[in-house]
Amino acid sequence: MSDHTIQTKINGNVVKKTVAARKTLADFLRVDCSLTGTHIGCEHGVCGACTVMVDGLAVRSCLMLAVQADGAEIRTVEGVAKEDGTLHRVQQALQEEHGLQCGFCTPGFVMTLVSLVERKEPIDEEEMKAALSGHICRCTGYQGILRAVKKLTATPAKA
Amino acid sequence: MSQASAGAAARYVGQHVVRKEDPRMLTGQGRYVDDNVVPGMLHAAFVRSPHAKARIVHIDFAAARALPGVHGIYTGADIAAMVKPARSLHWPPNVPYPVTMPLAHTDVRYVGDPVVLIVADDRYIAEDAAELVEVEYDPQDALVDYMTANNGPKVHPDLDSNLLWEMASPADPELDAIFASAAHVVEKTITQQRYINSPMETRGIIASHSAAENLTTIWSASQGVHQTAYYLANALACDIADLRVIAGDVGAGFGGKVHPGRDEIAVVIAARHMRRPIKYIEDRMEHLIASAQAREESALVKLAFDAKGILLAAKFDYQHDSGAYPWLPSVGPLAVNAFPGPYRLPKFGWRVRAWYTNTVGLGAYRGPWMFETVAREQVIDIAAKQMGIDSLELRRRNVIHTADQPYKTASGQVYDRVSPDQTLEKVVDMIDVPVFRKVQEAARKEGRYLGLGMSVYMEPTVNAIGGIRTTFQAETRMDASGRITVSSHIGNPGNSMETTLAQIAADELGVDIKDVRVVYGDTANTQFGPGAGGSKQAVGAGGAVTVAAQALRKKILAIGAKMLEAAPEDLTIENGKVFVKGIPQVELTLKKIAESAYYLPKTLPEGMEPGLATSHRMTLPVTHWANAAHACTVDVDVETGVVKILRWVASEDCGVMINPTVVEGQMSGGIVQGIGGVLLEHSLYDERGNPLAASFKDYLLPLATDVPVIEYSHVCTPSDTPGGFKGAGEGGAIIAPPTLANAIADALAPFNIDCSRMPLSPDRLLMALEASRSGKA
Repeated sequence: MSDHTIQTKINGNVVKKTVAARKTLADFLRVDCSLTGTHIGCEHGVCGACTVMVDGLAVRSCLMLAVQADGAEIRTVEGVAKEDGTLHRVQQALQEEHGLQCGFCTPGFVMTLVSLVERKEPIDEEEMKAALSGHICRCTGYQGILRAVKKLTATPAKA
Repeated sequence: MSQASAGAAARYVGQHVVRKEDPRMLTGQGRYVDDNVVPGMLHAAFVRSPHAKARIVHIDFAAARALPGVHGIYTGADIAAMVKPARSLHWPPNVPYPVTMPLAHTDVRYVGDPVVLIVADDRYIAEDAAELVEVEYDPQDALVDYMTANNGPKVHPDLDSNLLWEMASPADPELDAIFASAAHVVEKTITQQRYINSPMETRGIIASHSAAENLTTIWSASQGVHQTAYYLANALACDIADLRVIAGDVGAGFGGKVHPGRDEIAVVIAARHMRRPIKYIEDRMEHLIASAQAREESALVKLAFDAKGILLAAKFDYQHDSGAYPWLPSVGPLAVNAFPGPYRLPKFGWRVRAWYTNTVGLGAYRGPWMFETVAREQVIDIAAKQMGIDSLELRRRNVIHTADQPYKTASGQVYDRVSPDQTLEKVVDMIDVPVFRKVQEAARKEGRYLGLGMSVYMEPTVNAIGGIRTTFQAETRMDASGRITVSSHIGNPGNSMETTLAQIAADELGVDIKDVRVVYGDTANTQFGPGAGGSKQAVGAGGAVTVAAQALRKKILAIGAKMLEAAPEDLTIENGKVFVKGIPQVELTLKKIAESAYYLPKTLPEGMEPGLATSHRMTLPVTHWANAAHACTVDVDVETGVVKILRWVASEDCGVMINPTVVEGQMSGGIVQGIGGVLLEHSLYDERGNPLAASFKDYLLPLATDVPVIEYSHVCTPSDTPGGFKGAGEGGAIIAPPTLANAIADALAPFNIDCSRMPLSPDRLLMALEASRSGKA
């Protein structure tokens, strides 16, 4: 076992810490950085609850080591809403459409949806739905989440 | 007596109110058990049995002990020296109980049985140490299949047999005579596979003991903090008052977080012994193999009909797997009570057998008794086919109507204010059966196999089955600033109670919902009572909040009446102000009233106690009945065995809906769990007792791409309890499996496929289709 010093930027803040080589990014965020919004649901890359953005891409933080994030820019669910508390449009859509119940899988869904709505290329409903097949929700039956997807991919009405 | 709202017209109840829980959960500010850090906290991991049945010969933990960062190692013998065996509080009286200890002591009885508890600086080290423990086992033949339990190797050496219990209705010659003379007798064995609850947050616990206070504080992913304390006190042989249980946000449970596991009890014992806080978070593999099982069951159903298809009698011979150490020994009594369902059934005979096996113990999973609906609704379809009657027509001939009520069932239950007939007609309208039949016929000519399935059922809610589940309490209080606090013992593992209880209180007290805070999840600031489970939250907690808030309203109005020199009955409360109806100019803020109640007791009406807190504790009937009908259409690809669900329509009567969006969320969540059970989920064991679905790569759950858009329709027949609520938590999971199984059977009717054994996964459907084509069906 070896320890390594890594430097990352998490939600805009520079973080420099020494971590064990085997520590997952998920544990690093939750335990070392006290960012407990990232949730661990399966630790084998299936459920998607631990999804965060690393250098703009949605990744599963249970399948990535903290040392692999050295030099990377990380965004977690804590870094999505505005500082004044205004929810991101992804968060708003999920709230309005009852896209969450127990809330445990929610941070992962939020991060994947944010990464999709903020990317340069436009995305349609089917593509977004397909991307969500990498996330498991056990409470909602996905109905509210899919309504939120519809809302997020609706063509804005022309002014 | 109907106790409708005493307040102004409802402003929140019945509305889509956005949830109070959401802002924190959407921004990563939720607080789940694993998010808690207690100073000095250590971490637990378990060495678990790799054998379904074996004698423990020797445990060598020298290497684990020597690992830096390891602080405690507990074997079954260590734990046995500290606690006595405990009997589950759900155990039926006069039924023998296997000696149950938190850790396996002399032998292991299922794969995943906890053998050694390791306590270390962090989970990584604890798991390293667990790997270093060497346990020598003497493996023995295990009993895996409950259907062979009668003659199989004994699971518990201290018991006489593998039969946990058997119950049956008394011999009834009249019943046998009906079957002997009936125009039609239909019989079929229906089988359902083992499910695992699989909430996204696994089980978890932190225990911290203060010897000075003789108090153990427990943070738990719990569906109800008082019931967790109630079960733990039983297991630890201490008083409930020796424990404080706290649950923050809970990442769902579906019944799996009602009762603490043996492993969790061991963690509490170790924390009390070591005088160090210990955290244990179950990992996903532990959840899938060592948490609790559900639904491994089958039943021979016999139905007798007259020549016109009128149901005369039924027999329900039900068997299920209870595993090795069930905390819920049998779901039989609940299943028997509910079996007659939504039909006029004059005579009913039954037998229940619960069997031990060398598999993980039975626990509660959303509608634990639901097999009665699965079995009955599938056999109704089979009977219709056998008698040459359309299955919808058969249901119509037998369903209970409003005019039949109150209706006493053959299992002794009384239905009143229920609407199975209405919900059935709603889904028939929504799905447009005649049109679908034409589309189905046209599709078959093109080699496409579409099917329609439906089911009707009665949902027993509340299930006040004694002990802590007997009474429900709530407190409402207004503080000196005029804001409201609601306190409830109920739990909130995703059921939105923080929002719905606030809706009720805001309406009764005429305040903005923003000014209502709901307090729950801590035994130190709520009263004793049950948590979430059994769809009791709206009826029990919602009912108690309704009455408590009405009493608080009465007190506020009495104070207001004196201050405004008016009669209380002429006053109302709106927008946080008390005024004379029709004269809004003369108003009093609730803050003014609160100041009187707290600071100026001499100004209060004569004889009134100062303060503004009201509490209500109530008893409910053991069972409440909600009801629903569902229908779905499917397209089954006979080349791949893949089932595509085309439409799903659901009509439910849960009484007064506090928040229709929340009700629909409960329905859809349950429906999709049922869809998963029919098409995907299967916790399978091999013949030696090895669980084969130990990860989410093997235990498959429905994804966003697997689900249809669910269409809802609501019938609202208020109950006669405060608020008129009935409960809505479990129904979808109960009724979805037979609805979907019936649709698949209908689609594959030309092949005469037997859909009585679930799951109906693509591989199984393909095998059945092949057998059918080769004439071996």
